Amino acid sequence: MSLAAGIARRAGRRALSSVPALFGVIVFTFLLMRVLPGDPAVFFASGPNAGQAEIQMIREQMGLDKPIPQQLLLYLKDIATGNLGRSMNTGQPVVTDLINRLPASLELTFTALLFALSLALPLGILAALKPNSLIDHGVRFLCSLGVCVPTFVSGLLLIYAFYYILGIAPDPTGRLDVFAAQPPVVTGFMLIDAAIAGEWESWRAAASQLVLPAATMALFVLAPLARMTRAAMLAVMTSDFVRTGEALGLSRRRVVLVYALRNALLPVITIMGIVFSTMLGANVLVEKVFSWPGVASYALDALLTSDYAPVQGFVLLMAFIFVLVNLTIDVLYGLADPRVSIE
Amino acid sequence: MTAPLLTIDDLKVTFSTRNGLVEALKGVSLSLDAGETLGIVGESGSGKSVTAFSVMQLLDHAGRITNGRITFRGQDITRASRSMLQPLRGAAMSMIFQNPRAALNPIRTVGLQIADVLRAHEPLSAREARARALKLLEAVLIRDPEERLDAYPHELSGGMCQRVMIAMAIACEPALLIADEPTTGLDVTTQKTVMDLLAEITARRGMAMILITHDLGLAAQYCQRVAVMEQGLVVEQAVPASLFGAPRHPYTKRLVAASPTRLSTVDSLVVDAGEPAVPAPRVSSRRPAEPLLAVSGLVKTFDNGFRGVDDVSFDLAPGESLGLVGESGSGKSTISRLVCRLLDHSAGTIGFDGEDIGKVTSRDFYRSRFRKDIQIVFQDHGDSLNPRFSAFDCIADPLKLLAGVQDGRELRRQVEDCARRVGLPSEFLDRFPHQLSGGQKARVGIARAIAAKPRLLVLDEPTAALDVSVQAVILHLLDRLRRETGLAYLFVSHDLNVVRMMCERTIVLQKGRIVEQGPSGALFTDPASDYARELIAAIPHFDPEAATARHREAATAG
Amino acid sequence: MSATLRHTGYILRGNPVTLVAGIGAALLVLIAIVGPSIAPYGPTVSNVPQALQPPSATYWFGTDQLGRDVFSRVLVATRLDLAIAASAVSISFVLGAMIGAFCGYAGGRLDRWVGRFVDVLMAFPLFVLAMALVAALGNRVENIIYATAIINLPFYIRFARAEVNVRRNSGWVEAARASGNSHVRVVLLFLLPNVLPAMAVQISLNLGWAILNAAGLSFLGLGVQAPTPEWGIMVAEGARFITTGKWWLVVFPGAALMTAVLCFNLLGDGLRDILDPRMRT
Repeated sequence: MSLAAGIARRAGRRALSSVPALFGVIVFTFLLMRVLPGDPAVFFASGPNAGQAEIQMIREQMGLDKPIPQQLLLYLKDIATGNLGRSMNTGQPVVTDLINRLPASLELTFTALLFALSLALPLGILAALKPNSLIDHGVRFLCSLGVCVPTFVSGLLLIYAFYYILGIAPDPTGRLDVFAAQPPVVTGFMLIDAAIAGEWESWRAAASQLVLPAATMALFVLAPLARMTRAAMLAVMTSDFVRTGEALGLSRRRVVLVYALRNALLPVITIMGIVFSTMLGANVLVEKVFSWPGVASYALDALLTSDYAPVQGFVLLMAFIFVLVNLTIDVLYGLADPRVSIE
Repeated sequence: MTAPLLTIDDLKVTFSTRNGLVEALKGVSLSLDAGETLGIVGESGSGKSVTAFSVMQLLDHAGRITNGRITFRGQDITRASRSMLQPLRGAAMSMIFQNPRAALNPIRTVGLQIADVLRAHEPLSAREARARALKLLEAVLIRDPEERLDAYPHELSGGMCQRVMIAMAIACEPALLIADEPTTGLDVTTQKTVMDLLAEITARRGMAMILITHDLGLAAQYCQRVAVMEQGLVVEQAVPASLFGAPRHPYTKRLVAASPTRLSTVDSLVVDAGEPAVPAPRVSSRRPAEPLLAVSGLVKTFDNGFRGVDDVSFDLAPGESLGLVGESGSGKSTISRLVCRLLDHSAGTIGFDGEDIGKVTSRDFYRSRFRKDIQIVFQDHGDSLNPRFSAFDCIADPLKLLAGVQDGRELRRQVEDCARRVGLPSEFLDRFPHQLSGGQKARVGIARAIAAKPRLLVLDEPTAALDVSVQAVILHLLDRLRRETGLAYLFVSHDLNVVRMMCERTIVLQKGRIVEQGPSGALFTDPASDYARELIAAIPHFDPEAATARHREAATAG
Repeated sequence: MSATLRHTGYILRGNPVTLVAGIGAALLVLIAIVGPSIAPYGPTVSNVPQALQPPSATYWFGTDQLGRDVFSRVLVATRLDLAIAASAVSISFVLGAMIGAFCGYAGGRLDRWVGRFVDVLMAFPLFVLAMALVAALGNRVENIIYATAIINLPFYIRFARAEVNVRRNSGWVEAARASGNSHVRVVLLFLLPNVLPAMAVQISLNLGWAILNAAGLSFLGLGVQAPTPEWGIMVAEGARFITTGKWWLVVFPGAALMTAVLCFNLLGDGLRDILDPRMRT
């Protein structure tokens, strides 16, 4: 299995090359904690009214009295054992909070990605197959517009249109209507959990809450995806091997789907990593607009109230997700393009 | 009398461009009988490829047939719809292209690509198609065809890719095969095997072929009839023997003269050479004791461990011209950059004027006092001129830095002098590279190289990107410059005929090593090594006798 | 030069969108300069009895919860938003072009490391990075600029590096070396002039992106603080009233943001067409 070996090698190399980045992020978050105004020990104490003795004890517990390099080592050890500190706002360990809230963010992001892909790919392909046609101009206009609308504005406009004027969207707060029954938590993904429990009422309620924020985020990444698809498809349609297919009498369907599209998807796969991380960033804004109980809004609340342990945890989580996403993309790319396995 | 297989009647094609409509074909008429091989030759922009693409209806969106008729097997296909063309393409008429690797789908195995063509025209199961594909790979003489079925194009060499392309094109036994510059970019020995294969296949299967090429030798050797195109028109067509033996049209005469053959000399290339060559201070046959350039044990190992140049040693006397020939990967261009100190070598010495200039790294060589003495002319003249510099700036740059000319008036005088010596009219000096033709850019590149009065000029395929008629003029110019100035040339080329004309001595390289070296004349008439012999035999040529012999042979075989 | 002008004229005739975008961008800059002096009301003057008025002849864009004129605030905010974006982009452009060009020319191990680092950085959620940076540096306007500059930096490094990389082995760079140019001269006099036009396009495109980022940070309450008029904050304040139908608080600053980003993006696309007709997409 040289293909699998090649992909594994490539993925391994990529994983290895993200180690410095990950380490950089860790050092960054470490410094974040140390450089920030205020004594971290105070943040980790039971509350703002903690006594001097308690703070001193925490200082020693956290190793804040030790030299910086040693503190960094201790910090690395903490991360390795999954100890990211405790949130002042919720009183919970940061890891617990992140685990509880991550599914909400992921459900939103994946749904949005699905929306965006299922729209962007056909639009980009259609535009490229008929360059300078009406549909091409339409798609290009949509793309130009799409990248200009800030997510927080488009989200609010969607709320205004669908909640206030049309009244067909539910109150834009949270993942589930207060009156709907919460399905038993299995995966944390509301739609999947409701489906497992067979509670279709809840499923509908959760889905209707999800549509607007997901659409907001999808709108944001629709443009780069459609633009890339169109450009890649255009380039491939004028390539020599598509001309070969035409010259040797292959059917239009075969030329477009097998020869052109599969090749055009390669660059689209490569920008998926950037698209996904843009979405992770946009998550912060969308979660705030829709009061979505995800990790980003959690980190933001913490940031605004100078509760730094969750911020640190969040940045680490993002770095981790980012490494995972890039590995996934490498594997996908390796499967799609036979040329990468030998290089 | 049977109707011809293909007739093209008064075909006109226009392209809409930024500068308005451009007429690429101005009324082309050709016809081709079943089983016949027709060559279409011409220089870039002559419309030879447009003709082929019109027949296959593969013109891009900007191109449009405005007049004329294309008839294939009695059927008018001038403006055929897709549904009418699709069964014809691949089944009745096929095409193979220049740059075979790009012409194959990079992410599909070659077996599947051949099967795609078969199944587009015949109701075959996947298994049957694979079996047929295997047969086809055998027919195009690919080694280990079973394994190659599952190979991707990037795993095959350029020559192999072209064989796969041929297999695809002949898969459904078409009556007509159009080959558009099928061997351009391939090495000369690969070119020979690919062309022999094409000739054999078309002869055996009775296919008609249109061979489009810029290489007159190729057309002469493989075609029964040759049409010469110039600026969208067919100016002359005839059998090779009479076309090349006694060309009638002035353009054909010029083209035939400009194409280097085993007999041509620099002077014979240009029909009306302007100034007579100076009866030159040619280097005396007795080599001076002190060579200008003495390369010894030169090795270049690249980062990936590949040995591009492997233990190469040679001398070059002042005023002498030494040719380096070889196929791609032979290391000839690497040597030119090593000698020019644009690249660092891994071992060996590069003696210049008795001093080892290899000791100065390429990084710091711009400060060396020898920088001025060694200059280079590059292959791609478009690429070798700074797009933001006018021709004047290009030539002035080395004058300012290496010859230390600072005074504006003196600078202009010297730049104009250089331009005059390379035959570049001074009104062109204010133009930017994109406003100059290929030949003019070549002149600017040469002027820049000789501006600082070097003693050694390295010429890295200086004419490879030029049309033959321009090549003839530039070669003539280079030869004259050397006679006038006593410059030494290190002349790198893949074209053996060019090297033979330009150089007193020639070195043949293969895979980074010297295979043979000696006086050019002797080396070409009586090569000692097998490789040199093979190289020389592979050069297509248009000996009238050989062409007629082949003609007869094909006639009896058919 | 005249050929370039002719070409530009040709492009503009065939592409009026670019012309409109260019005029729009020029207008925005003008508003940024004169905005505060032509605003009909003081941007921070509250007038509570007139709070939350819909758009009318008196208040073209309506009033906010404190009765401040939204039109005046949108107008005045132009300067701050453009200034943040412009300063951030200039910092990242100058640094990025230099680092990228020299790395791209030098090649070798340093270049590979920089390249890899930039790739990794670009794939990281940059907005999150900006948030963390503002948190680390302190919640102030100049830190928004630095954060935006830092997250823009990788684009310029990568761009300059790639552009220089494709040219560093071109014939004319080798010819420049053969003509005795020093390496610094090659980069500054040969490579950069060839790369800069393409980078100018990037500036225009990045300005839009920088405006979005800065406004996004302010929307979250980072950087610019109320009551300073700034588009992002205005949208954030208006968000509280959107579910009760007070659309003008979000729509007008939002539209201002969009227009600004749209103008710079379209201008960038147009410039790219002018510089390289082949890149037209």
